[in-house]
Amino acid sequence: MEFVMAIVIGILFMAAVYLILSRSLLKVILGTGLLSHGAHLLILTMGGLGGTSPPVLADGVTDYADPLPQALILTAIVISFGVTAVILVLAYRAYAVHKTDNMNLLKGNDEHD
Amino acid sequence: MINLPLLPIILPFLFAILLLFFKENIRVQRSLTLIGLLASLVAALFLVFKVKADGIQAVTLGSWPAPFGISMVSDMLAALLVTTTILLTLFIVIYSFSSIGEGRERFFYYPAILFMVTGVNGAFTTGDIFNLFVFFEVLLIASYVLIVLGGEKKQLRESIKYVLVNVISSALFVITVAFLYSVIGTLNMADISVKIAQVGQPGIITVIAILLLIVFGVKGAIFPLYFWLPGSYAAPPIPVLTLFGALLTKVGVYAIMRTYTLFFVHDIGFTHEILSVLSILTIIAGCIGALAYFDLKQIIIYNIVIAVGVILYGAAQMNESGLAGAIFYLIHDMLIKGALFLLIGIIIYVTGTSNLRKMGGLIQTHAPLGWFYLIAAFGLAGIPPLSGFVGKLLIVKGAFEAGNSWGAIILLASSLIVLLSVIRIFIYAFWGKPVAIPQTDRRPYRNMMMPAVVLVILSVLYGVGTEWLFPYMTDATNGLLQPSIYIDAVLKE
Repeated sequence: MEFVMAIVIGILFMAAVYLILSRSLLKVILGTGLLSHGAHLLILTMGGLGGTSPPVLADGVTDYADPLPQALILTAIVISFGVTAVILVLAYRAYAVHKTDNMNLLKGNDEHD
Repeated sequence: MINLPLLPIILPFLFAILLLFFKENIRVQRSLTLIGLLASLVAALFLVFKVKADGIQAVTLGSWPAPFGISMVSDMLAALLVTTTILLTLFIVIYSFSSIGEGRERFFYYPAILFMVTGVNGAFTTGDIFNLFVFFEVLLIASYVLIVLGGEKKQLRESIKYVLVNVISSALFVITVAFLYSVIGTLNMADISVKIAQVGQPGIITVIAILLLIVFGVKGAIFPLYFWLPGSYAAPPIPVLTLFGALLTKVGVYAIMRTYTLFFVHDIGFTHEILSVLSILTIIAGCIGALAYFDLKQIIIYNIVIAVGVILYGAAQMNESGLAGAIFYLIHDMLIKGALFLLIGIIIYVTGTSNLRKMGGLIQTHAPLGWFYLIAAFGLAGIPPLSGFVGKLLIVKGAFEAGNSWGAIILLASSLIVLLSVIRIFIYAFWGKPVAIPQTDRRPYRNMMMPAVVLVILSVLYGVGTEWLFPYMTDATNGLLQPSIYIDAVLKE
C-alpha cells in the first residue's frame, strides 16, 4: 500500500513542480496547492499505513493507527490553508496593480521600475 | 521560575495580541510595543544569567516526560540569540517611530513585528523538529505581512516571489520531517540525536541531512539558494529590511548549526565537507554581488550573504575554534547589520535616493552620520578593536586547525572585498563634491540617528568587551561541541 501511495505522491510532486514553473500566477498557486497535498499525504504514508482502528480509545481495540502523523498533518493543513489564502489575495492585489498575471512580466529593480 | 525559557516567546506574543485591539491609537501602539519588548529583554537577560549559573534550561510543556511532549530548550546559544533578537527589535521599533509613517503604523505594523519576534525566539528555543517548523511558519507569515504592508507596486511584485519561495521550502521542510519520522520515529531533537547515534547514520540519514541543508539553506540564503534574497529584501521600507536582514536569515543559519552539530555528526567527511564548500561559494557569490552594485541597499544585502557564508564555514569546521568563531560572528553580524541598515536608511532619507552615483559631500552637512557609518563599516570588515575581529580570527584559526587552509585564505580575502564594498559607500556618499540634497527635517533625522548610534556603540562594546563575553561564548560552544550535554539536559531520566 505504501508503494502505491509513494507513486501517487511522486506524481503529485511532478505536477506541482510543472505548474510552479509555468508562467501564469494562478497556475503557480495551484501548483503550491498540489505540493502541500503531496507533502501531507507523504506524512501520512511515512508514518506507516498500518493499524486497523482510528486513534480513538475504545474497549477491546489494540491495533490503532499512528496518531502522531495525523496531528502533524492537521497542523500543516491549517498552516498551508492560511498561507494559500494570503497568496491568493496577494495575487489579486498584484493583478489589480500590475495588470498582469504573467510571472515573466513581474520583474524590475530599483533603477528600472 | 521554571518557565523562564518561555517568557521571551510568550511576552511578545501577549503584547501582539493586546495591540490588535488598539488599531487606530498610534500612541498606545508605540508605548505597548516598547513596554512589551523591554519586558521581554529583561526576561531574556535573566534567562542568560540563569543558563550561565545552572546550565541548560529545559521545559517540557504539559509536564509530559521528554520525548513525548514538546520540549523547549534554552542552551547558552539560544539564550544569547534570543537576547540579541529582542535588543535589535527594540532599536528597530524606536527607529520606526520616525521613519515608517502613520499609514503603516495604523495597519498592524507593530503587532506583525511582535508576532515575528515570537516566531524567531520560538525557533531559537524549541527542542522539537516539528515545533521548529511551526515557529518558522509563525515568523514567515508575520514577515509576509511586513514585506507587503503598504502595498507599493514594487512590494507587491517582490512579495509574491518571497512568499512562493518560502511556501515551497516549507513544503520541503514538511517532507523532510516526514522522512526523518519514518526512519527515526521521534520528533524530539535530543531523542532524534540519540536514535541517529544508535543506528550510526546510514545513507538515508545523510540524504535527510542534505535535504535539511536545502530547506534551511533557502531560509538562510546559502550559495545556490540565495537567488530570492536581493530582490525581496530591497522591496520593503528600511526598518523592515533591517529586521529581515538582521534576524530572518540568521534563523536558517542557527537551524543549520543546530542540526549539523546535534544530529548529523557521524559522517562529517561528507555532510560537513559539502557545507564548507557551499559556504565558501556563498562568500564568493556575495562578494561578487557586493562589488557589482551602485545601490546602497544592494551592497549591504549582499553583505548578508557573505556573512551567512562566513558563519556556516566556521560551523562546518566542527572544532572548538571554528564553532566559537561562528557564534561570535553570528551575534556580531546581527548587531552590525542592524546598525548598517539603520545608517544607510538615514543616508537614503537625507539624500532622497539609494543610488551612490547621485550622492556626494555629505560629511560637510552630516558629519556624525559619516563617522558612525565609518565605525560600523570597519566593524563589519573586522578591524581589530571592533566587533567583527574575534569571530573571524577564531574561524580562520579553526579552519587552519582542520587543515582547510584554502578556505581560510578565501575567507580573509573576502574581508578585503567587504571592506572595499562598504568603504565605497563612504567615499561616494560622504567625500567628493557636495550634491544638492532635498530639504529634510532635522528632527526625524536626529530621532533616527539615536537608535543607530546606540547600536554602533553596542557593537564597539561587543568588540572591546570580548574578554567579558568569553565565558558565555565558551558555554555556547560546549553545548554545540558535546551533544551529550544537550541530550542529558532534555532527557533527564
